[in-house]
Amino acid sequence: MNPVENNNAARYAVGIDLGTTHCVLAWRALDQEAPETAIEVLPITQLGSPGSVVESQQLASLMYLTHPNELSEQALSLPWNSNSNSNVTGSLNQPLGSIAQNLGAKTPIRLVSSAKSWLGHTGVDCKEAFLPLDSVDEIDKVSPYEATVAYLCHLKNAWQHRFPDAPLAQQKLTITVPASFDPKARELTAEAAQEAGLNQAILLEEPQAAFYSWVFDNADTWRDQVQLGDVILVVDVGGGTTDLSLIEVKEDSGELSLERLAVGEHILLGGDNMDLALAYQVKAKVEAQGKTLEMWQINALTHGCRAAKEALLTDTDLQTVPIVVPSRGSRMMGGGLRAELTRDEVITALVEGFFPKAAVDEVPRSRPRSALSKKSLPFAQDAGITRHLAKFLSSQAPENATAFSNDPLGVNGNNPPAFLKPTAVLFNGGVFKAPILAQRVGENLNRWLEESARPAIKHLSSADLDYAVARGAAYYGTVREGNGVRIKGGTACAYYVGIESAMPAVPGMEPPLQAFCIAPFGLEEGSSAANSPEEFALLTGQSVEFRFFASKTRRDDQVGTVLESWSDDELMELPPISAKLDDLTGASGQGVTVTLQAGVTEVGTLKLEAVEVQGQRRWKIEFDVRDH
Amino acid sequence: MNPQLEQLLTQLDPLHYGLLGFSFLLIIILVISRSTGSNNADAVTTPDSVKPAAPADSVESEPQSAQVASTVKITEYSTDAALQVLGLLQQEARLIDFLQEEVQHFSDAEVGAAARVVHEGAKKVLTDNFLIEPIRSEDEESHVTLDEGFNTAEVRLSGNVVGKPPFTGLLIHRGWKVSEVKLPKVIDGHDLTIIAPAEVEL
Repeated sequence: MNPVENNNAARYAVGIDLGTTHCVLAWRALDQEAPETAIEVLPITQLGSPGSVVESQQLASLMYLTHPNELSEQALSLPWNSNSNSNVTGSLNQPLGSIAQNLGAKTPIRLVSSAKSWLGHTGVDCKEAFLPLDSVDEIDKVSPYEATVAYLCHLKNAWQHRFPDAPLAQQKLTITVPASFDPKARELTAEAAQEAGLNQAILLEEPQAAFYSWVFDNADTWRDQVQLGDVILVVDVGGGTTDLSLIEVKEDSGELSLERLAVGEHILLGGDNMDLALAYQVKAKVEAQGKTLEMWQINALTHGCRAAKEALLTDTDLQTVPIVVPSRGSRMMGGGLRAELTRDEVITALVEGFFPKAAVDEVPRSRPRSALSKKSLPFAQDAGITRHLAKFLSSQAPENATAFSNDPLGVNGNNPPAFLKPTAVLFNGGVFKAPILAQRVGENLNRWLEESARPAIKHLSSADLDYAVARGAAYYGTVREGNGVRIKGGTACAYYVGIESAMPAVPGMEPPLQAFCIAPFGLEEGSSAANSPEEFALLTGQSVEFRFFASKTRRDDQVGTVLESWSDDELMELPPISAKLDDLTGASGQGVTVTLQAGVTEVGTLKLEAVEVQGQRRWKIEFDVRDH
Repeated sequence: MNPQLEQLLTQLDPLHYGLLGFSFLLIIILVISRSTGSNNADAVTTPDSVKPAAPADSVESEPQSAQVASTVKITEYSTDAALQVLGLLQQEARLIDFLQEEVQHFSDAEVGAAARVVHEGAKKVLTDNFLIEPIRSEDEESHVTLDEGFNTAEVRLSGNVVGKPPFTGLLIHRGWKVSEVKLPKVIDGHDLTIIAPAEVEL
């Protein structure tokens, strides 16, 4: 092969895990077709402290907004900033990763975090600069979108620093998103990739990526480890989110095939919550001794608790681990803080707090959110991951699929509660480095299965809990080339527009709403749904808005299905969608009849269009980002 | 006398942490000086833009010199890497703070608590920046045989050093060897002598 000839062709399949708390980039060479070609994780060049450049396999998804007098520009420059390199992208020249973590720990008002959780939050405009949240006005804030672009630019620059001859924009690039991301969040991620100059990037759901990584690691044996009819539950607990998916093993012309059946809700609950829970427990113990703690001490405690937790959960002989927070001054001894974390405390807080014993028909506890809701992330109110899991499996049971089942009051006698019964489970995320936590989830699953007289669940073991998503994404790049089994699935939701039905106005009563299905469940990438039969008379030059809904459970609705009523669990309202029918001739106010058509782009984003019935014109329908 | 001495020793025990830390620091600095001194540019990965404070001339770098055989060259060490390690040990392990304290004014519990911070942080510096392996794979306190021509830098003889190789003796210490150094790179112009900036909270 002549390398010059092949200059513009992709040489690597690259996977980016754009995590809530950390980003990881993995790659696999494409030119060697051999199945054993390894997947490697890129050591990401980043600043460790001002003036010091380190490499780490993770880039903390954090940005520090420096004060102009705080640090010299030179102390914050990276190797790719030093020479006037035209390959460098990114206008926001703020420190990211390890250095942001270090500086931000001492100056939290300047630390941007959790940008990704905001992208997945329906109630805010992610292009509005409001991070760090609740910070002071003097600081020039950034938007969650800008932060995401900055992380991608950094990863791109780090890649090109390592592979100057293989621009990232020319490689097979896959970026992962939570399975629970709604169409708007997916589109924002794809747009951020484009702004970082990575137009070719496609999206992949994280639990699927974790599963691809398992398939890659078990290339020779995975067909023996799962059988036709198996339903694999992927439980992915990251730093900030919990993501659930079900993948079914099917058969296609005599070969095993895979299909993603369902994905869970967006649950903002992860490993960071666990560290915080421990830190607050230790804080309470210290304060019980009459000491008051300052913010920096709590931060240091959280850091200490993370290390102590890891030690206690991996070494079963250990009973207590001391946590020491020395004083900040150069006289480090005396005046420090010493606390202990015991094995029992960790077990109680984490195992009982986050993975409690739950019944399969239990639902996560919630309390009404305060009406005076200032801008905030919708963190899960119930920390019980097992209860979220129970709700997910129950909602996916065919018997429970419609709210108006034959047994609305649940008086079905002694039958065990219905739920979708997985036969195997794959764990992902650093949290599961503690075997006891995976065990606990397994115990709950087995109890539920036993009640329904089903065999115990199989555990599929993941080789790499921290990097599996990025590695699986890199592998997906080669799968798309036709080398390997691809998980089918398409959209994990059916989508609807809500239309108020025409009826005489009745004071105090909202006109009833009907939901028209415009995209069925399982619409595959690169395909379009049928035109919706419903026609809308619109005026050019004017903007029109539709209420927009999604359902994760109504699997059989086709385009044109009309729902008159539904339960809150069944249909979830998303931010509205809107279209402005610009007329190229400039004439406005012209009547035009359109139908709606949905499709999924190759990238993996949902595309909605208004299509003229008597004509050729099409208008893009936007996902609204306005607060509502 | 004896019990008293024992008591004194137990009292001093936390202090050994300090001594340990200090010897560890010295070892690291020595190791760094050697590895940079021997022109091991790849391992230390200092960018081209960084000028070593002292030129690291080594024997290998001037093989053409006619006097090589007769002149012993003493290599100047690079201060940059040593300062970098000091900075890391202060940032991660508070080692300078710890060693600058007068430990005798503090109780064993206080010294012990501080030693945990130093130990945890210094260990992180060690694992993040160095790959350290034992020189001998045999168990300590077992008998080993050294053939003629063994590497005298790697193995030090002690005790009843007489006779001719092969030597058979008891392995007292396995030895340690740094097989990889991966220190952070430094941005040109960054002042490495500042191992901990003063901190002012606003």
